[in-house]
Amino acid sequence: MATIIEMPKLSDTMTEGKILSWLKNEGEAVEPGDALAEIESDKSNMELEAYDPGYVRKHLVEPGSSCPVGAPIAIVTESPDEDIAVALAEAQSQTVNEAVETKPESAPAPETVAVPEPTPPATATSPTPTAGAVPLVPPTASAPAPGAPTRENGGRVLASPLALRMASEYGLNLRDVVGTGPDGRVVKRDIEKALTDVRSRESATSTAVASTAPPPFQPIALEQLPTQSVEEVAVSSMRRVIAERLTESKNTAPHFYLTMEIDMKHAVRARKYLNSMDGIKVSFNDIVVKASSLALTRHPGLNASWHGDAIRYYKSIDIGIAVALPDGLVTPIVRACHLKGLGRISQEIKDLAAKAKDKKLVPSDYQGSTFTISNLGMFGVNNFTAIINPPEACILSVSAIREVPVVQNGEVVPGLRMHCTLSCDHRIVDGAQAAHFMKDLKAVLENPVSLAL
Amino acid sequence: MDSYDLTVLGSGPGGYVAAIRAAQLGKKVAIVERDALGGVCLNWGCIPTKSLLRLAENRHFLDAAADWGFDIGSLSVNWSRVIEHSRGAANKLSGGVTHLMKKNGIEVLRGHGSFVTPTRLAIADANGNRKEIASENTIIATGARPATLPGVEIDGRRVISSKEAMILEELPKSMTIIGAGAIGLEFAYFYNAFGTEVTIVEYLDKILPTGDDDICKALTREFKKLKIQTHTSSRVTEVTADATGTRTTFEKAGSATTIDADVTLMAIGVRGNWEDLGVEEIGVEVARGFIQTDNHCRTAVANVYAIGDVRGPPALAHVASGEGVHAIEHIAGLKPQTIDYSSIPACIYCHPQVASVGMTEAEARGDGYDVQVGRFPFMANGKSVAVGDTAGFVKIVGDARFGEILGAHIIGAEATELIGELALAKAAELTVQDVHHTIHAHPTLSESIMEAAADWHGDAIQI
Repeated sequence: MATIIEMPKLSDTMTEGKILSWLKNEGEAVEPGDALAEIESDKSNMELEAYDPGYVRKHLVEPGSSCPVGAPIAIVTESPDEDIAVALAEAQSQTVNEAVETKPESAPAPETVAVPEPTPPATATSPTPTAGAVPLVPPTASAPAPGAPTRENGGRVLASPLALRMASEYGLNLRDVVGTGPDGRVVKRDIEKALTDVRSRESATSTAVASTAPPPFQPIALEQLPTQSVEEVAVSSMRRVIAERLTESKNTAPHFYLTMEIDMKHAVRARKYLNSMDGIKVSFNDIVVKASSLALTRHPGLNASWHGDAIRYYKSIDIGIAVALPDGLVTPIVRACHLKGLGRISQEIKDLAAKAKDKKLVPSDYQGSTFTISNLGMFGVNNFTAIINPPEACILSVSAIREVPVVQNGEVVPGLRMHCTLSCDHRIVDGAQAAHFMKDLKAVLENPVSLAL
Repeated sequence: MDSYDLTVLGSGPGGYVAAIRAAQLGKKVAIVERDALGGVCLNWGCIPTKSLLRLAENRHFLDAAADWGFDIGSLSVNWSRVIEHSRGAANKLSGGVTHLMKKNGIEVLRGHGSFVTPTRLAIADANGNRKEIASENTIIATGARPATLPGVEIDGRRVISSKEAMILEELPKSMTIIGAGAIGLEFAYFYNAFGTEVTIVEYLDKILPTGDDDICKALTREFKKLKIQTHTSSRVTEVTADATGTRTTFEKAGSATTIDADVTLMAIGVRGNWEDLGVEEIGVEVARGFIQTDNHCRTAVANVYAIGDVRGPPALAHVASGEGVHAIEHIAGLKPQTIDYSSIPACIYCHPQVASVGMTEAEARGDGYDVQVGRFPFMANGKSVAVGDTAGFVKIVGDARFGEILGAHIIGAEATELIGELALAKAAELTVQDVHHTIHAHPTLSESIMEAAADWHGDAIQI
């Protein structure tokens, strides 16, 4: 196991320390009590002792350099040759966070938002538009807020656990919230006030985009044609997250697209029959979700995500469903679709969509999907190519079912067809593999009795 | 004329704590008391009743001694020793307050204080001496006294208040208790333990009307086991008394019932002691029987504050103390945090004990929260089983969305000690998850709190 050694606090007033020299080289074995380094504090020079036996693997601070108390300075492992990549990454993220804490102005914002894995769908993290960067980690007891929010003076923001949870879910940056609790602690009422402020500010500045229904068509007389005018609307944090994550996806994931035309004749009949049963109301989207999960069980290579030096293949098929909101979109997740029947999936999607509209989704509702489906069929869209929800391997774009002329046995007959397009990350999935998946998806949808599998 | 930075009227848990806090901040302080230092709490409330209730619990323990393996033969009770024991505890603590006043350099002025002007007070002692003092600020902490029903006089002999109930010369054979709040329930438990036939009459539809429904149901069951009679949804229409006893008449569902008893205890609530203070003359506002203040306990007169029971419910000693400290710090310009009245624990010391903080489940639902409840019975707790006291449970009412603790309710042994953890958690805005993930010592009753928090997620281990 790898341990990160941190800069110790050697006096009450010490805020940073300087490594005068390393007394153990990289690769060298240490015993408890061995001096690892000589450290200069504001008061004196002292030796840093090892507590556990092991091997010094990496010096993270050069001799003669300083770092804040608590910053990683070295990595020690139990055995001489174990992998330290994870510890190194952790130490680096700590160092970055440390930098934010001490120098908030100079810290590059995007990198400091530590996005945990599995990464939540970008668009799902902030159901409420807010200002500032978004900490994406759900603040459970074991996971302190990432990129520890700071005040302008460099001190840490004090916040109650409840306030942390709320800020995380609403996508509020604690730095933007004025704390009124003991010692300026941010408490529930402060979050509530900040939300009210943000909402009233946004409704004041962006009435033009706030209404959900587009304005009615009105012929404008020629003489009324206005001159050009511009309204600038500050980017909400939800839009910012969408922008960052989808730009990252499109720029880094080499997308390729496969479009399949699917005969929905039988699916339409099957749905009609199902919905004639008491208490059942299944949508085509529900059917596509179930069908996708069946196809994914045959092609687990698509139920995966990209992590730079590793690809994660997931056992459970957790499908994210894109749900449009007035101010963006969220992708709540139906977990373990491969184990659930169509009725159950349908009910869960209804519940999640209702929660999404009411902004009541909790992080576990939208974090960690393994495959995403976006459906614009209800708008009559004939075909589209969605951008992959990183770090997932694929996203399925589902279009409208249209009545079209098809040629059957040399004759033109009416048919019901739907286009589905799969966007794939070529780093994870190859063309033939994706084609096989689409072939199976088509087979299931064209023979809907297989949905009962 | 002597002059002070601050004068406190009343030396109960609100007044004496306020006086000490002011002295700590360097103020010249006087405290005015016409009775024993410590007020009702120390002398006629919290403290002596806790002494009595412990003896009642001991009585139950001794009654069951054979079950525990102790053969102690027949038991007889020396009633006057029971009362003496309770008075001893009260006197000892009142002496403690005297010492604290001295230690903090607070001048104790014996007598009744009232306002002449907002900055001048008159003190009249028992011997008819009257003197005036000047005071820059004054805190009214004169507390409350038992309320009674219209047309019913508390004579102190047959129709009594809690004060007389603490010092009855003889153990009554029967007692009617009007009101099933904390005071009524505690005296019901106490007198029942010593063999008095107790009947409770409550106007509302359950005993402990402010309590969580599940707690009320459980307590009703326990009282039934003890053979304490309870009549709820019952409106008392008349109480008469003669030399031998009392007759209480009440109406329930349209029909009238009478109960005869040796004594009747009025336990329907309290009313503020403000009438003899001259407060209205200086401009202090009084409404619904209590002095009106702002969030900082300040009255309509800027240099006059009111704290504790005289300011209105919740009539709890610890609220008075909290308000006392708050008012002093506000006067001193320290900008104290406003008091969070939603995080104040309330305790009842019958057995099983009842303790709660925050909202009941019904209140939380009524406020529109997405309520999720966690429960854990002491029956499944190792320590409870080991010590042979398994009645009751812990119930946590949380908001499903964020895990906010909205309320917590405990019925069972040591509930009043256990509630502190949840009051802290609620006040500090810890979430149910935080309580769940805190490792609790084994074997303790407090593990039940952790388990109830776990149950909130559906993850309880021991059940």
